[in-house]
Amino acid sequence: MIHFENVGLRYGLGPEILRDLTFDIAPRSFQFLSGPSGAGKSTLLRLLFLTLKPTRGLITLFDHDTATLSADSLAVLRRRIGVVFQDFRLLDHLTTFDNVALPLRVLGRDEESYYEEVAELLNWVGLGEHIWSLPPVLSGGEKQRAAIARAVIARPQLLLADEPTGNVDPQLAQRLLRLFIELNKSGTSVVIATHDIALMDQYDARRLVLHDGYIHVYD
Amino acid sequence: MTRGLAAALRKGVARMRRRPLRPGRETRGDVHIVPRDSIAANALAAVVAIMTFLAAVTSGGVAMVIGSANEWQAEVAREMTIQIRPTPGHDIEAEISRAQQLALAAPGVVEARAYSREESDRLLEPWLGSGLSLDDLPVPRMIAVRIARGAVVDTAALRQSLARDVAGASLDDHRSGINRMRGVAKAAIAGGMGVFGLVLAATVLSVTFATRGAMASNRPIVEVLHFVGAKEAYIATQFQRHFLWLGLKGGALGGIAALLFLILAERVSGLFMGAAEAEAAAVLGHFSMGFTGYAVVAAEVGLIAAVTALTSRQVVIHTLRNIE
Repeated sequence: MIHFENVGLRYGLGPEILRDLTFDIAPRSFQFLSGPSGAGKSTLLRLLFLTLKPTRGLITLFDHDTATLSADSLAVLRRRIGVVFQDFRLLDHLTTFDNVALPLRVLGRDEESYYEEVAELLNWVGLGEHIWSLPPVLSGGEKQRAAIARAVIARPQLLLADEPTGNVDPQLAQRLLRLFIELNKSGTSVVIATHDIALMDQYDARRLVLHDGYIHVYD
Repeated sequence: MTRGLAAALRKGVARMRRRPLRPGRETRGDVHIVPRDSIAANALAAVVAIMTFLAAVTSGGVAMVIGSANEWQAEVAREMTIQIRPTPGHDIEAEISRAQQLALAAPGVVEARAYSREESDRLLEPWLGSGLSLDDLPVPRMIAVRIARGAVVDTAALRQSLARDVAGASLDDHRSGINRMRGVAKAAIAGGMGVFGLVLAATVLSVTFATRGAMASNRPIVEVLHFVGAKEAYIATQFQRHFLWLGLKGGALGGIAALLFLILAERVSGLFMGAAEAEAAAVLGHFSMGFTGYAVVAAEVGLIAAVTALTSRQVVIHTLRNIE
C-alpha cells in the first residue's frame, strides 16, 4: 500500500534528518512508530500524509509515485488517509458533529446523507452527549476522541495517529488503543507514532523505530 | 411520478423528525466552514466601509466638477453676441433689425434677442453708475444669439454677411473665452481624475492588506481543510465567497453612506444659496452628480468587494503552497 525507498529529508541546507528510509506499510497492518523525542516521528508522518516532499528517494502511495502527482490528485489520495494530530486541530467555531463531518462535507455530500453515520460514530466513541458542543468546552480526552472520529469517518484505508495518548490518562489511553485495534480489524491500516513504551507493550504489533535519522523495522 | 415525489417527501420529513435540531437553529444547512462573525471579519468590513466611503465621496465630488465643467462649456458654446456701433448716417434701429434677420436666417440659430436702449444703458451701470444721461454717447447695442443644442453655426458666413449688410456690426462667438475656459475645465477634470486615481489605489491597497490580516486568523481552517482532503479550488471558494460577502456588506454600507452624504451636501448647498452663489450656478451650471456619478460609486463597491474576494483566494493558495 505504501512503499518508501531510500527516502531522505533535509530542511533547507541543514543536515538530513531522515536518511535512507526503506520500508513498506501493508494493507490491514498495524504498527507503532517510535523513537526518542526529536527523532523525526512527526516529520515521517507528514511524509506519509503528503504534506512534506522528500528531498530524495521514492514514495509510492496506493500505487502512485507521489512525486509525479498534481496538487488535486494528492488531495484525492489524502482522502484515503485519516490523521489524528497531537494537538487535535479541531475547528473551535464548529460543533463536534460538524468537525467530525468535515471530511464528508468536502466530498460534496449534504448533511442529510451523513447525519446518521456521524451521530452513530460519535456515540461509538462516547461523544453522543456532546454532538452539538463546541470544542472549547470538551475535555482533552473528548477532543482526542473527536479528532479520531474525524480521522475515520470517511473510512480511510490508512490511519495515522501522532501521539494519540499523549494528553490522556492511562485508562483512556487503553480505551483509545482498543479503538485503534477495532479499526484495524475492520480493515484499516494503522500507524501510531508514540514514545509510550507501556502502550506499545499492551499490543503485539510491528514496530518502526527511528534513531539518528535511520529507521529500524521490528516485525 | 407524483407518487414517487410524495414518497420522497414523506421519507425526508420522517428523517428530519428523527434528528434533533441544532441548538439555536431552525435549519441545519447554515453551518459555515469560515466563521461569519469573527472580530477580524467585522474589522475588515469596517475598513472596507470606511475606504469605500472615502473613495465614493471623492468620485462623487469629481463627477460633480466634471459635470459642471461640461455643462458650462455647452452653455457658453450655445451663445454668440452681435454688437452694433452707432454709425453716422445710419438708423441704428434699422441696422439692429437687419442684423436680427440675418442672424435668424443662419442655420442653427434659434433666437436673436436685441437689447433695447434702456437695457443697454443698464448694462453699463456697473461701470458708469446710475443717474447719468447716456443719450449723447454712442452706446453700442447688443443682440444675444442663441444656438440650438448640438447645432454648428457657420460663423464665418454670418460674420461676412453682417459686415456686408449691416453698418457697424461685429460678431463675437466667445471663441477665445471658451478656449480659455475649456483649458481650465480640462485641468479641473485631470486634477479630479488624478485625485480619484490616488484615492482608489489607496483603497485597493488598504483593503488588500486588511484582507490579508483577516485571513491570517483563518490559517488553521485552511490547514484542516487541506488535511481532510479538500481540493485547492474548494478551499479557495469557501473563503472567496465569505470575503466577497464581507466586501459587499462593507462596500454597500460605505457607498450608501457616501451617497447620502453627497445628496445631503447638494441639498444643503441649495438651501443656503445666496444671490452670489445663485449667479455662479447660473453661469457655471448646477453642482450635481448625475447618473455617471452614481454609476461610479456602484462600480467602486463592486470593485472593492472583488478585490477583497480575490485577495482572500490568493492568500489561501499561498498558504496551501507553504503547507506543502
